[in-house]
Parts: sequence; structure tokens; C-alpha cells
Amino acid sequence: MIPTSHYLFLSLALFTIGVIGVLTRRNVIIILMSIELILNAVNINLVAFSRMFGNVNGQIFAIFVITDAAAEAAVGLGIIIAFFRNRPTVLADEMDILKW
Amino acid sequence: MIDRFLFYFFASLAVVSAFLVVTRRNAVHSAIFLITALLATAGIFLQLHAEFLFIVQIILYVGGIMVLFVFVIMLVNLDVAAHQPQFNRQTWVASLTALIVSGQFVAAFYLSRKAGSGRALFGLPQAQATRLDPNTELIGLTLFKNYMLPFEIASILLLVAMIGAVVMAKRRV
Repeated sequence: MIPTSHYLFLSLALFTIGVIGVLTRRNVIIILMSIELILNAVNINLVAFSRMFGNVNGQIFAIFVITDAAAEAAVGLGIIIAFFRNRPTVLADEMDILKW
Repeated sequence: MIDRFLFYFFASLAVVSAFLVVTRRNAVHSAIFLITALLATAGIFLQLHAEFLFIVQIILYVGGIMVLFVFVIMLVNLDVAAHQPQFNRQTWVASLTALIVSGQFVAAFYLSRKAGSGRALFGLPQAQATRLDPNTELIGLTLFKNYMLPFEIASILLLVAMIGAVVMAKRRV
């Protein structure tokens, strides 16, 4: 029987790697992938607590998180395509049209 | 024993491929390692006896979202970006900050273990797997009894996201 804290440490590791990816990468597509990693870390936490308490509500919330991840990925990739048509770059620090 | 082996196998696979996702230069390689990380997460769901989420993770994430990512990588020309620096100028500060935050989480885990009388919350053993047993039936009942309104709101969210994505990816609005 694996204690719940091991799942929490796994989730923490994935979350930290995702945050580092969001903060340091320049490619917008890889930033979106890192956000998916963060959402996955949250899902592991929810399912681990659901198993620990023997209660199915945590898995329901994990389903809602997956729904949000799908919506976010669709809209984010649509924004990337629309932006790429105006200005051919995918690097986050070259997207500075609004900069004064 | 096999339980323990499965958990540590999938956990190490997930962490290694997540690390490779954020370090690879080529976005296609990142996408493939993200698929590996998502499959490893699905394995952890199965090990936790969440069979419905295991299937949803594979069908929706690996089958849906990752195909979307790969399509966008194909549509967007990445040849120029692949020959430029991949990390921005705040790399060291950002990594240090993220590691400090995760260190705070670890400290919180250990303090909660010390502060609790007897065994702390996170040291508790898991409940019996049979309490979640007809997993898909339980999720369906809970979703359509207790979480009816959030379920409908999620469907509206998906509709809005679909319309938004179509409008944004269209050539002329």
C-alpha cells in the first residue's frame, strides 16, 4: 500500500517542472504543453485524495479539469494560429505588438 | 508488491518525460514526450483504481488534445524558431523561484506530519479499493445527481471554446 504523500510528491515534481517550462521557454506551443503538465499534476492529486477518502467526488473534479484543459488547448492553439498569420513568429518574447 | 512496482515505474516515467518536454529543442519531440507523460499519468490513474479516468485520459488527452497540438505544430512553421535560443533571459531566476516554491510545499508536508497528533493526514493509508468499485457507475451517478449543473456549465464552456477556436482560426472574420 503506497501512502498518499508519495502521490503528492509526484504531483509536486510534475507541477514544478511545468511551472519552470511556462516561465523559461520562449516557444508558445511548448508553454501550452507545460500548462497541460500542470493540469495533469492537479489531476493526480485529486484522484489520490479520492482514493484515500474512498469518495468519488475527487474523480468528478478531475473530469472537469480535463474538460477545461481541452477548452483551453483549443482556444490557445486557435490564438496561436491567428497570431502566426499576422506575424510569423512563435516566440513569446517577440510577441510585443502591444508594447509601448 | 506489483502495486508498488507499477507506481514507481509510472511515476519515474512521468517525471523523466515531463523533464524532457521542457528541455527539448524540437517542438515535435516535446509533443511526443508529453504523450509519454500523459500515458504514464493514465497508468497512475489505473493503479489508483480510477478506471474511467484512465480511459478518459487516453481518449481525450492522448487522442484529442495531442492530435490538436501536433496539427498546430504542422501548420505553424517552426524551422526558424528551432535555430534560435530556446530559453529566455529570466531562466535562472524563474527556475530558482519555482524550486523555492516547491521547497515550501515539501516543508508544508513535513510540518503537517509533525504537527498532527499521531499520524498526519498525508501519512494515512488509502481506503479499500472496493469502496470505489463499480467505478464508471459511481461516477455516472454522482455526475448526473449531485453535479448536474456543473456538468451543463461544462458543456456550455465546450461549446463556447469550439466557437471561439473556429472563429479565431478562420481566415477572414
